[in-house]
Amino acid sequence: MARITAGVACSHVPAIGAAVDLGKTEEEYWKPLFKGFEYSKEWIKEHKPDVIFMVYNDHCTAFDASVIPTFALGCAPEFKPADEGWGPRPVPVVKNHGVLASHIAQSLILDEFDITIMNEMEVDHGLTVPLTLMYGQPEEWPCLVIPLAVNVVLYPAPTTNRCYQLGKAIRRAVESFDEDLNVVIFGTGGMSHQLQYKRAGLINSDWDNMFMDKIVNDPVAASQIPHIEYLREAGSEGVEMVMWSVMRGALDEEVELKHRFYHVPASNTAVGHLIMENKAA
Amino acid sequence: MAIQKDYEDIPGTFVFDADRARVGYPLNQFCISLGKQAGRDAFAADPEAYMASFGMTEEQKQAVRDRDWNAMFTVGGNVYYTAKLAANDGLSFQQLAALMTGMGHDAYREMMLNGGRPIEGNRYKSEWGEE
Repeated sequence: MARITAGVACSHVPAIGAAVDLGKTEEEYWKPLFKGFEYSKEWIKEHKPDVIFMVYNDHCTAFDASVIPTFALGCAPEFKPADEGWGPRPVPVVKNHGVLASHIAQSLILDEFDITIMNEMEVDHGLTVPLTLMYGQPEEWPCLVIPLAVNVVLYPAPTTNRCYQLGKAIRRAVESFDEDLNVVIFGTGGMSHQLQYKRAGLINSDWDNMFMDKIVNDPVAASQIPHIEYLREAGSEGVEMVMWSVMRGALDEEVELKHRFYHVPASNTAVGHLIMENKAA
Repeated sequence: MAIQKDYEDIPGTFVFDADRARVGYPLNQFCISLGKQAGRDAFAADPEAYMASFGMTEEQKQAVRDRDWNAMFTVGGNVYYTAKLAANDGLSFQQLAALMTGMGHDAYREMMLNGGRPIEGNRYKSEWGEE
């Protein structure tokens, strides 16, 4: 059967993608950030997931203001990198495991998570930057990717607890799929950042580190964090971190922490990164 | 009973909720269209006609004419959308952020390099001397 063996938390700052695409990773500004992902590149090479289940958010790219699904699952055969105003990122097309994606869609809806099914979708930096951080610049992505786009732009985003429970439902869906597959789930976005109005530039390292402690060691407590806490303490765009709880819900309550990294700043944002393995895996 | 908006006392922040999204819809759809070349060309050719084609209010159009980035938030704009207008104008995101904060690009960039805007003193409007 298919199994979720590990979870990865990872910021998806667009400037990180641009730094790689434009060959700036050796610049002083960027060096410390990419150093934090050296372990991760080795880890994923050894861990070799067949499928990545990527929980991310779209930044008004695939979805403009006309339709805003709370949870949208990619069921198309492939997803092209979107033009976000500067031309599409020069990264490979993302290939799906369509049969597993459809299985998960059906399983989730019958499990009372009424997700939206996407048979056509372009993907933006929210999805491609974490792949770049883990895999660098390959000709083809080495694994299949199932995208789950979560609305965190239009308030309210789904509650943290709803995200955590969805993670559990995703695990049930994956584990009821017959094919032997090694699945790694990603929760992307964050950490503290505010991109708008007079408080733009807010960073709260203490809160971010508290959040990382909690999401690793006490995911149930993390799942009870109200929206207002992200907004006030981690900035209006920090609410993206509800997506980490989708990832965390799909793992065992006790996990083995393999890697933890935190860095300020990448452009306007605090970067956080975790790799956790299920002990049974 | 109205929904309690406990986030309204955060200083320097417009939380883009469903009420603001409803009001800002024409402005945001206009902005996002500038992410594509066809939209940028049409806007450059005739800004007024292009804005009118989205049914924008006079206040929304004036905020765009003035490039008053903060006024755009008061008429329902969201930064992920207005950033497309900024990009159309050749501004980087960090330049836009500096304009919104009113602190100038060098000072903003320096603040980010030094760990960003601190949380202390920036949690509540009362700390900013605002209601």
